[in-house]
Amino acid sequence: MALRVKALESLLIEKGLVDAAALDAIVDHFETKVGPRNGARVVARAWTDPAFKARLMEDATSAIAELGYAGGQGDHMVVVENTPTTHNLVVCTLCSCYPWPVLGLPPVWYKSSPYRSRAVIDPRGVIAEFGTRLPDDVEVRVWDSTAEIRYLVLPQRPAETDGLSEEALAALVTRDGMIGTSTL
Amino acid sequence: MNGVHDMGGMTNMGPIELEPDEPVFHHVWESRVHALSMSSPTRANIDVGRHQRELIPGPEYLAMSYYQKWFRGLSELLVSLGFVTPQEYAAGKADPTAAMARPVLPAADVGARFSRRGSFQREAARPAFAPGDTVRARNLNPPGHTRLPRYARGHVGEIVAVHGAHVFPDSHAHGKGEDPHPLYTVRFTARELWGEAANPRDRVCLDLWEPYLERA
Repeated sequence: MALRVKALESLLIEKGLVDAAALDAIVDHFETKVGPRNGARVVARAWTDPAFKARLMEDATSAIAELGYAGGQGDHMVVVENTPTTHNLVVCTLCSCYPWPVLGLPPVWYKSSPYRSRAVIDPRGVIAEFGTRLPDDVEVRVWDSTAEIRYLVLPQRPAETDGLSEEALAALVTRDGMIGTSTL
Repeated sequence: MNGVHDMGGMTNMGPIELEPDEPVFHHVWESRVHALSMSSPTRANIDVGRHQRELIPGPEYLAMSYYQKWFRGLSELLVSLGFVTPQEYAAGKADPTAAMARPVLPAADVGARFSRRGSFQREAARPAFAPGDTVRARNLNPPGHTRLPRYARGHVGEIVAVHGAHVFPDSHAHGKGEDPHPLYTVRFTARELWGEAANPRDRVCLDLWEPYLERA
């Protein structure tokens, strides 16, 4: 694969279709500028700032942009909140749609056939495979990303975190917690 | 198209393989495929790109890694849209008589390109449905691209959100323009989709365009 990709890259640069320096900048963007730390900041802000949380639930794209996160695969954001009675899980059964500005590129398992196929029919089994057994009386709500709406789960704030700073809270937020395959 | 990519509801795809401390890219070539796909002139139409990957025959699709599929889709699209000739692709060399193109994404624009807010929402006719309405996903089996998964077809759900009109992939992927239609979030009970064995509390929400729906 490496040689075939290299050949195509050389051809596209030779033809002027892509800019070699742009390729490096794109890789750098996805390796260092976006990732679950961005989403964790959004979550921690929502936990500590009720006015921000209200804006986030009303118009997530704009509220997330307040923290500087915007762009492709995050153009139409919706935040779904976990509560003691509702647990949310995000999937893209048809391909691999995922909110890049707040979570970065998805892990391999999210793009894999086992997750894409099973998340909608057996969300409780999938979540159990990640180590969380949800009680039967909690409603599980699965969000299949079939259009350009991108979903971010707002996890429940862990107990006994009252005195923590926003930064310390952000450190408790996991990628899987914001996809909904885990609780915090 | 009823392809293997439309896999929601299947249960025999094997275990979910978790990888602690997973890197963004596992190989340098994966990062190059991603960057080439993002900067290629073919990226102008995201629906064409999705459909091209769906066109990979099922047995191959299931055996390929994510970035193998992206490389295949990108290669085929560059040729089919005429950016690269089959001879150039095979040789890995540009036709010396061909005119030089200008990159659609120069390095100086990369930062702005990935932090600028875009939109798939367009002006269009008023939505026919409102939150609370009961709708049925039509039993559509188009030969081309669609974002109506098989597992929802024929099932009854409730409109829970209206997102305005969005670019319609079924048209946009096939050179028929953006053809915007109202987009809704439709909530189905797990029992409606999967039968009585499902937990009565559970729900599945999908984002579906108006042409996929009829009043129930």
